[in-house]
Amino acid sequence: MDDFLVIDHISKSFGQQRAVDDVSLTVRQGEAFSLLGPSGCGKTTLLRMIAGFERPDSGRILVAGQDITTLPPEQRPVNTVFQNYALFPHLSVWENVAFGLRMSRRPREEIRSGVDRMLDLVRLSEHARKRPAQLSGGQRQRVAIARALVNRPQVLLLDEPLAALDLKLRQHMQMELNTIHEQVGTTFIYVTHDQGEAMSLSSRIAVLNSGRLEQVDSPASLYENPRSSFVASFIGDANFFTGVAQEFQHEGYVRVLIEGLGSPLVQSNGAVSSNQPLRLMVRPEKISLTLARPSSGERVNAFRGVVEDIAYFGSHTRYRIRAGEHCILAQLQRSRFSGGEIDPARGAEVWMSFHPDEGRVVRLEDAA
Amino acid sequence: MTRSRLPALLAWGVVLFLFAPLVVLVVNSFNASRFGGAWEGFTWGWYEKLWAAEEVWQSLWLTLRIAVSASLASMVMGTLAAYVLHRFRSWLQNVHQVLITLPLVMPDILMGMSLLALFVLSGIETGLLTIWIAHVTFCLSFVTMVVLGRLQDFDFTLLDAARDLGATRAQAVRKVLLPLLLPGVLAGGLLAFTLSVDDYVITFFVSGPGTTTLPLRVASMMRTSRSLPVINALSTLLIASTFVIAAVSSRLQRRA
Repeated sequence: MDDFLVIDHISKSFGQQRAVDDVSLTVRQGEAFSLLGPSGCGKTTLLRMIAGFERPDSGRILVAGQDITTLPPEQRPVNTVFQNYALFPHLSVWENVAFGLRMSRRPREEIRSGVDRMLDLVRLSEHARKRPAQLSGGQRQRVAIARALVNRPQVLLLDEPLAALDLKLRQHMQMELNTIHEQVGTTFIYVTHDQGEAMSLSSRIAVLNSGRLEQVDSPASLYENPRSSFVASFIGDANFFTGVAQEFQHEGYVRVLIEGLGSPLVQSNGAVSSNQPLRLMVRPEKISLTLARPSSGERVNAFRGVVEDIAYFGSHTRYRIRAGEHCILAQLQRSRFSGGEIDPARGAEVWMSFHPDEGRVVRLEDAA
Repeated sequence: MTRSRLPALLAWGVVLFLFAPLVVLVVNSFNASRFGGAWEGFTWGWYEKLWAAEEVWQSLWLTLRIAVSASLASMVMGTLAAYVLHRFRSWLQNVHQVLITLPLVMPDILMGMSLLALFVLSGIETGLLTIWIAHVTFCLSFVTMVVLGRLQDFDFTLLDAARDLGATRAQAVRKVLLPLLLPGVLAGGLLAFTLSVDDYVITFFVSGPGTTTLPLRVASMMRTSRSLPVINALSTLLIASTFVIAAVSSRLQRRA
């Protein structure tokens, strides 16, 4: 089912503030999906509307064909893992997990087997009698997941599931969440401000910015083909150049005049008309550095610059290169050094180059 | 390493200052001397006299009935008041807040007089009912304050979580909010109970014939020196029970 969860033209305002502005998207059954954006982008409001804690001003929300827009939270086939887990402190781990089944008045035997099975899945069976306060952060997280999943929701919402954990535990839980998702096959919707988290947890990501949907795509597509400079800069690092479309050379390619740098040839990424102002994006790792002008074909874009700063990260090295007004970030893998590239020192004159297929034309936001 | 003895000395000084009168009272309740000036030998006599003093037990029974019913009523009303004060903000709530705090700071004598004036004006005969109303009035404030403190620590996402797991609004309150508030409500109720048991000033104004509560009874017994040691014996028993209640109350508050 391609449109298992449907968000249909949803808007929500708080006073003058438009928290969510006409957002539409669909999530497939069994998919791991992320709502990604900086704080205040409306992702949490969207999540609360799916869970039923907020009522949208307009639009509809459907789960498996059922319109749930006006249902109270307790009647929705949706469960939530809250950011601070919101475990009931007066109940044991076992009773926390049993809470949902008790509310729906399931037979005693079903509750017992359901809770035991869930605690087994999150590997907390031996902690069943403990209170939440006696558990570590990662364990509490797993209780929260078990408590939600035991109700067999159609959709599981996870609000910043890793934000409260320290780095090491976060990496561990990331893998654990993927394993749990594989095992239960429920539709997972993550809400996060962390692009790394979104990319590693989900197969598709919706990027939100000030209440509006910027782009919905797979992690790789978002990284390789961002449609706006917001998406490009929010996911990974990027060099941006503002310029004007010059002329067309090939089908799908455009030459962009960038003042003080040159006129590189890049993929046009959709319709571009002559003299149209646009923005060019190149990822730091797509840029090669050489001492001499690269000669490998005329289609390589090359510019001169001076190395201003070098930062060594072990697996890679970052260079900040000055070219007139422009400041360009380049990233080299150590292994590429042998391929005729140089290991430049600070102050060295270098050539930066990138292939036309590595540059992207992105939308100019608020082009005024 | 030598440590200053000052803190220990101060602490013992404070303990002495606070508890010396109580010790004198307890000791005198076993003193055969009527006036308690000097130790004239150990006796259970005053406790036996107390046991036979029927009017004292009647007053105690009355006091307990009032205290239990007044604190139960103020537990219910105080919890509701605290919830409303915590959840909603408006100018009316500010008035509400002031009204709730007022009995805490208002002199008892003022409260007693104004309540009496009100009862006289509205033609309500003073007696059990008026005492009960007066006690609920000031107990309510204390319960509200204690519960309000608990509510400030309460994580309201827990109610969202309960709803998310299929609980209706009422079920979320019953299964999550109330169990977590209960220690605070009980602590407030115990506080209300002790305040009600030993209130003299307000009760003095609003009591009627035949409704002599224990504090009123003790005060009237004080007028004749004959019963002074009996009061000592009674006080000793009250001190003991007060300590028990205070200990339970503080344990409840700590656990919450």
